Amino acid sequence: MHLLEVKNLAINFKTYGGEVKAVRDVSFHVDEGEVVAIVGESGSGKSVTAQSIMGLVPRPPGIIKGGSIIFKEQELLHMTRKEMRKIKGSKISMVFQDPMTSLNPTMRIGKQIEENLFSHKKMSKKQVKKKAIELLRQVDIPNPESRYEQYPHQFSGGMRQRAMIAIALACEPDLLIADEPTTALDVTIQAQVLELMRELQKETNTSIILITHDLGVVAEMAQSVAVMYGGMLVEKGTVNDIFHHSAHPYTRGLLKSIPNVESTEKKKLVPIKGSPPDLFSPPKGCPFAPRCKYAMDVCIDHMPPEFEIGNNHTARCWLNHTHAPGIDEFESRSEPL
Amino acid sequence: MYILKRFLIMFLTIWVIASLTFVIMKFIPGDPFASDSKRLTEEVLENQRAKYHLDEPIPVQYVMYMKDLITLDLGTSIQSNTRSVNSIIKQGAPVSAVLGLQALVVALIFGLFIGIIAALYHNQFLDYASMMLAIIGISIPSFILAPFLIKFLAVDTGILPVASWGTWKHTILPTIALAASPLAVIARFMRSSMLEVLNQDYIVTADSKGISRASLVIKHGIRNAILPVVSFVGPLLASLIAGTFVIEEIFAIPGIGRYYVDSIFNRDYPVIMGTTIFFSAILVVTLFLVDISYRLIDPRIKVNSKEE
Amino acid sequence: MSEFKVDKSLFQPAESIDYTEKMRPNRSAWQETVTNILKSKIAIVGLFFLIVIFFFAIFGPSMSPYSHSEQSLTNANMAPSKEHWFGTDHLGRDMWVRTWHGARVSLTIGLAAAFFDLLLGVMIGGISGYMAGRNKRGDRIDSILMRIVEILYGIPYLLVVILLMVLMEPGIVTIIIALSVTGWVGMARIIRGEVLQLKLEEYVEAAEKLGTSHGRIIWKHLIPNTFGVIIVNLTFTIPTAIFAEAFLSFIGLGVQAPHASWGTMANDALGVVLSGEWWRLFFPGLMISLTMFAFNAFGDGLQDVFDPRNRD
Repeated sequence: MHLLEVKNLAINFKTYGGEVKAVRDVSFHVDEGEVVAIVGESGSGKSVTAQSIMGLVPRPPGIIKGGSIIFKEQELLHMTRKEMRKIKGSKISMVFQDPMTSLNPTMRIGKQIEENLFSHKKMSKKQVKKKAIELLRQVDIPNPESRYEQYPHQFSGGMRQRAMIAIALACEPDLLIADEPTTALDVTIQAQVLELMRELQKETNTSIILITHDLGVVAEMAQSVAVMYGGMLVEKGTVNDIFHHSAHPYTRGLLKSIPNVESTEKKKLVPIKGSPPDLFSPPKGCPFAPRCKYAMDVCIDHMPPEFEIGNNHTARCWLNHTHAPGIDEFESRSEPL
Repeated sequence: MYILKRFLIMFLTIWVIASLTFVIMKFIPGDPFASDSKRLTEEVLENQRAKYHLDEPIPVQYVMYMKDLITLDLGTSIQSNTRSVNSIIKQGAPVSAVLGLQALVVALIFGLFIGIIAALYHNQFLDYASMMLAIIGISIPSFILAPFLIKFLAVDTGILPVASWGTWKHTILPTIALAASPLAVIARFMRSSMLEVLNQDYIVTADSKGISRASLVIKHGIRNAILPVVSFVGPLLASLIAGTFVIEEIFAIPGIGRYYVDSIFNRDYPVIMGTTIFFSAILVVTLFLVDISYRLIDPRIKVNSKEE
Repeated sequence: MSEFKVDKSLFQPAESIDYTEKMRPNRSAWQETVTNILKSKIAIVGLFFLIVIFFFAIFGPSMSPYSHSEQSLTNANMAPSKEHWFGTDHLGRDMWVRTWHGARVSLTIGLAAAFFDLLLGVMIGGISGYMAGRNKRGDRIDSILMRIVEILYGIPYLLVVILLMVLMEPGIVTIIIALSVTGWVGMARIIRGEVLQLKLEEYVEAAEKLGTSHGRIIWKHLIPNTFGVIIVNLTFTIPTAIFAEAFLSFIGLGVQAPHASWGTMANDALGVVLSGEWWRLFFPGLMISLTMFAFNAFGDGLQDVFDPRNRD
């Protein structure tokens, strides 16, 4: 039994311009103690997917079109607000991207941590304060007693994100969703925050869904990876599968577009040409086809199914069909500019 | 030090207001004894003028007035001949203040509530309904609302007294009449800024903690959204405490509000000055309190560069 | 998954894929705004009523054979009829004509007051809020501007009105000036409060570090974000001005008879409501309320339209 199982999730957004198909037919699962990374560029639907697990997709304009999200054998999508409240913050909690705007500027840090405890644990005021200070210490904030009394604007960016993590971990959740937790931070701070998350994860054995566009972060933290593109999950597998045996051209393109500090050989960074699909009217076939140098006739009109590549490794790409020519065949042809 | 400086500036402001009022007042033609001039002999008029120093040159009058003002002596009303301005204020101000504060509390409680509800149900029935109510509230001036209130709630049904002052029941109708328009404005301000706040990231963070909708709104919403309401309420508070001419006139309330208007028409100089200084003092203090409360509401705000 | 025959022939490298994105029609900002206003139902309703009210304010009086000043005591206090669509007042003057004649006065005063509120209030409030707490010089600018505001608040405006009446001839212009001199201070305080909070946002810091001038930051970054409170406050200013004029007329300082304004008409009718001549108060009251509703509705719609978060 998985801790969390997302099946065929589909979410639309109503806007002035029409309905945006933000998430289409996304399925994945998270096991206990596992760190699953969801990678993809901006607008690929990774954040919306994460928010929907917490019931945080604003409705309206968001519409859950279908699918299911099962957490500990409970269907989250059918829960009332009240039922969901018991899970939010205690069983599942979330760390957000921008620590500058995600903390309430007019509430003391201590109070923002305590709020979580008050709503889920039966603790006295004294105990709650003790626990809050303890949490601040746990996330390596110096002088937690005096920091407890301060407001977010008196914290640096990195410290705010630590405070966010303290809030998220307050009730020892089973699942932590981290939505680009390091994107808004300095590089050196990024490393520290990641290190902290990894340590805490080891200590508590909390499962994590890590949303990021940074493959370096993925390699460091995750066991499994799900790659999203144009609102769809195009490939998923273990870190090893994705980094070394990728079966989707988009994933490979993504890997080629990031610098690898550790490798000694000089490799050219290759950007992926073109731009993501218009989600108002996504293409009938594979969303990546217009940018894919291996595109075939079948890709344009037919949505590729999830092909089983190996154990728990799937890819939505026609290249994995038995009829498909090998990649080498494309390479030997003339490269399109 | 900062506080001390602020107080000094506050006195200075009141002094400037008093001086300008004095100048304007003397510049306007007219005579406090105009209506009496036919009855009184020339000699009596002369005596009266001398009594109020109106026979002195204006700069001398000004210096004399300011000297009295330092000892907080606001002089004697010319109209009533015997009553001191201090006693007029002492008698009228509490009545106006009770009424004004009551109206403000009503306007704040209901205004905030309606504004928040409207924001929470943005573009739904409750939003439209409360904004319709607010528009009606703004659109009906108190001097039109008051007669209707009197007709329906006092004359026709007899539940409430028609006018005058005495028991708590007497305050109900004037309070409603006074509160209606500010209530509507507060509701609109609150809706507008609450909508903005509800879009912020930290609201999502708070929501992700699984706290109740009520504490989400109360603890995270209101404090971040209330600033425009505070800006609006500051001067409103001053003018409500200082009394309202129209309402006091319609309901025959012995407050201080009508003296502002009456004294100007009667050229009752000491009363003009006294009521103006009284009002400016309240105004200056409330605006100072508003500035301080900005900082208390949002700890990031700096009104003065030396604060930290 | 759609079933289809997996034909080997489909697995050929695709020859031509259109790389060019399907562009949504590229419209100018102006067109965009107009389209969005038209999409906002509430704004349309408001706009419709505004157009109707302005139409009658311009053409209403000439639709009836009567004039706003013509008295006919035999026709006094007549209920609305075919002859007199809105009835007549105590001097037998046609209420239809007087209502639309009054519309001109009241709308002029209301709009002028709103204009000066915007111009002075937003500018002074913006500068004051932006400068406060920056440095010593900024504090001083804020302090001076706010003291001016307090002083203008403090001086009894009735005195100012009378003074102006002495200096100038009584009339609409004098009333407008009198209301404008003191009217903007409320807006200034509210905008200042908003800017004090808004300038803490990071985009302001970013703009400052990029060397954007103070004026540009205030106008392009701060003021547009106070649009919500500006509109709310304007919808309050306009009726306040209309009522202030009514009050001035009430104490004999406003529009002089035989001219009319909605405020004076409502005032004249206050005493007679209890005796049953409802139309005397109803029509001017209705027009004031309708105008307010229209401005409010249009303002709300505008607020939604100009809020960039609502763009697609």
